[in-house]
Amino acid sequence: MRRMIAYNIIQILFVLVFAPLYSGVLSRFKEIVQSKRGPSIFQPYRDLWKLYHKDEIISDQTTWIFRITPYLVFIAPIFVTVLIPVLTDYPLAFAFMGDMLAAGFFLALAGFFAALAAVDTGNPYGPMGASRTRMVGFLAEPVFMIVFFTVSFVAQSTIPYVVQQQWVASAAAFFSPAHVLLLVAFLMLILAEGGRIPIDNPTGHFELAMIDESKGLEYSGRGAALMKWGGQMKFLVLACVFLNVLLAPWGLASGESIVQILIAVPLILVKILVFAVVLVMIETSLSKLRLFRISEFLGAAFIVSVAAMIVSIFVAV
Amino acid sequence: MHLPVGESLNALCAGLILICAFAIVGTRQVQGVRRFFIMQSILLATSCFLLAWDEHVADLWWLGGITVTAKVILIPWVMERTLAPEFYIRRELSQTINIPSSLLFALLLAVGSELLVGPIASASRNPVIETNLPIGLACLLIGAYSLAARREAIPQLLGILAMENGAFLAGIAIAPTLPLIAELAIAVDVVLIAVIVGLLTRTIEKTMGTTEAAALSELKEETVEWR
Repeated sequence: MRRMIAYNIIQILFVLVFAPLYSGVLSRFKEIVQSKRGPSIFQPYRDLWKLYHKDEIISDQTTWIFRITPYLVFIAPIFVTVLIPVLTDYPLAFAFMGDMLAAGFFLALAGFFAALAAVDTGNPYGPMGASRTRMVGFLAEPVFMIVFFTVSFVAQSTIPYVVQQQWVASAAAFFSPAHVLLLVAFLMLILAEGGRIPIDNPTGHFELAMIDESKGLEYSGRGAALMKWGGQMKFLVLACVFLNVLLAPWGLASGESIVQILIAVPLILVKILVFAVVLVMIETSLSKLRLFRISEFLGAAFIVSVAAMIVSIFVAV
Repeated sequence: MHLPVGESLNALCAGLILICAFAIVGTRQVQGVRRFFIMQSILLATSCFLLAWDEHVADLWWLGGITVTAKVILIPWVMERTLAPEFYIRRELSQTINIPSSLLFALLLAVGSELLVGPIASASRNPVIETNLPIGLACLLIGAYSLAARREAIPQLLGILAMENGAFLAGIAIAPTLPLIAELAIAVDVVLIAVIVGLLTRTIEKTMGTTEAAALSELKEETVEWR
């Protein structure tokens, strides 16, 4: 039991440490593909370091919501990390504390408070971005629901550790239409939730066009660092859910010794790296959608997820 | 219950064919509609070959071959030759119902057809029929819907062909050993329709300057300037 808790802490450390690296690698890849040089992959660490050593200024017009939001945004992905398989393919100490719905709930809670905090400041750009985030959020919600229902229908369980074993049970299960369509729908969901390019430009600095970024506009110093780090962790956690739970549990540690956990770290990093390349391909080959086309993008994701559901109900896998 | 890989791949093809049908309804540009139609036909042929391999039916090899030659190569090529300007013009297609509602309607059709023939299909206890029959019917209905919702000749034509793809998908599952001559007749029939409609469209386009069906409800006078 004590060992399981220790592994859980290793998982949390993995997410904490590598989330900025992941975002750095992603932006560097993107710059390289666009034949620019780009900042070092360690730039996000330096940014966080710099922000931690700056003074924090909080407007006296704000309420407690504004103050606690960075901590919530920071903590939510850590809670999710406890529930999902990041490094091991067997359940750790707290895995049965909550299922995938709980994971979605934590992320949604953080998103809810971030939107409230953006409204709290009275800055005109904050509420605008917050309302757009909510728009994307409520369009993404049905997709998440249907994906979740389909997954739990196929695997007969909602615990991510049980779900991941389902797909590799046989080659037929891996190539089953429900699985492939779910992957497509969830990938589109990640693009929308992570504020990536067809929905939102993560590197944009133009306030009027911002969706996801505008929530952190008013934060400075430590608050800004926590918001930023929390956002990076959320994206890494979503990638882990996609790769380890929905795609396949390749590369995860299956034994209980510490060596296997440590071997799993580079393997998972390689897997995430490959995923980063795919993301960069998607991001550089698409352009940002107009705001009112977002509903079509997420509508398409919804259609794909419903098709997955139909097929999974009528084709017993 | 675990299916063999071949049937699972067939089910995957069927799922992707359904997605292509949605994409045909949801795309805004002629070129995109054509691309998705070609993709759908390739998937259909793949499904055909898989079934032929699984059930050792020689006719299905032929049918798959016909699908590839007619729908993947011939029809797109003829359309591109006769109607090139309409393909490369990058404008949004005009529709009676906007795209999000169209997609939702198509979704309803898909769910409805699953509910309608799902019980019948599952009574057959044949996994191929269980997948192909509902999805084939869904594709047929969605094709018919895009025929009604689009107001342009080329997407309407592609809608007819997509309907035929759906019927074909259901057909190869229900009766894989249907006499080849019957299948040939159907296939050739549709190709002929496609060519005729294509040529007609071209003539209309020559005289009217557009293939937008909505614009054809007005009579042409001596000196009307279209666009």
